[in-house]
Amino acid sequence: MLNINILKDGGKAVYSLEGRLDTSTAPQLEEAVNGNISELNDLSFDFAKLEYISSAGLRVLLSTQKTMNKQGKMVIKNVSEEVMEIFDVTGFSDILTIE
Amino acid sequence: MKKTFECEAKIENLNTATAFLEETLEEIGCGMKQSMQLCVALEEIFVNIAHYAYAKTDSSGKIIPDTGSGQMSLTLVAEDGKVYMIFEDEGIPYNPLEKADPDVTLSVEDREIGGLGIYMVKKSMDDITYENKDGKNILTLMKKL
Repeated sequence: MLNINILKDGGKAVYSLEGRLDTSTAPQLEEAVNGNISELNDLSFDFAKLEYISSAGLRVLLSTQKTMNKQGKMVIKNVSEEVMEIFDVTGFSDILTIE
Repeated sequence: MKKTFECEAKIENLNTATAFLEETLEEIGCGMKQSMQLCVALEEIFVNIAHYAYAKTDSSGKIIPDTGSGQMSLTLVAEDGKVYMIFEDEGIPYNPLEKADPDVTLSVEDREIGGLGIYMVKKSMDDITYENKDGKNILTLMKKL
């Protein structure tokens, strides 16, 4: 289960995720991101309520980061200790901007 | 403690397998961090089996994911402060440990996602063994609690 709450204002958007970002839910996030990404230059993800992430979720974050590198910035906020551990192991903590 | 969960090797059954694991980990009082690592390991291995173990090949020998079907099982053993997850299937012989590790130091532009799942499993488990016996793939993951 994944809930995605989107606050969008012009070229700026905040995606707050709640639940699990896994094989079953990653396509949901991909779709929600792709719906707006062409208009964005400032994208934030709030992971305060994200409990779980697997490689399927990392795949979406990587492709989104690649797109945002060309047109603006992307940051991830409020990463839990458990999710941070996954970012560290996979080297994602070096390629993502985590605040 | 030893429990087995059997299902058809399909992505749709991942949530039920995860619930089976979480329930068992709760019973034995596993911490949050280790519980997440075990759940990620389950997902990565399960998804691999579901996509590829029973997949058919096209005329050029290329594997087409999510074709074909077959059974798989997950056995959980908890003893002496260790949890074992044993995955069995009767599909194409495949040893995930032979897959080369991805380069996790590359820049965003050069990063590829392939191989990241099994790499996460290797990094978070304390021991992994693979054997092919009696036509079965048997992958055993061990995590110290």
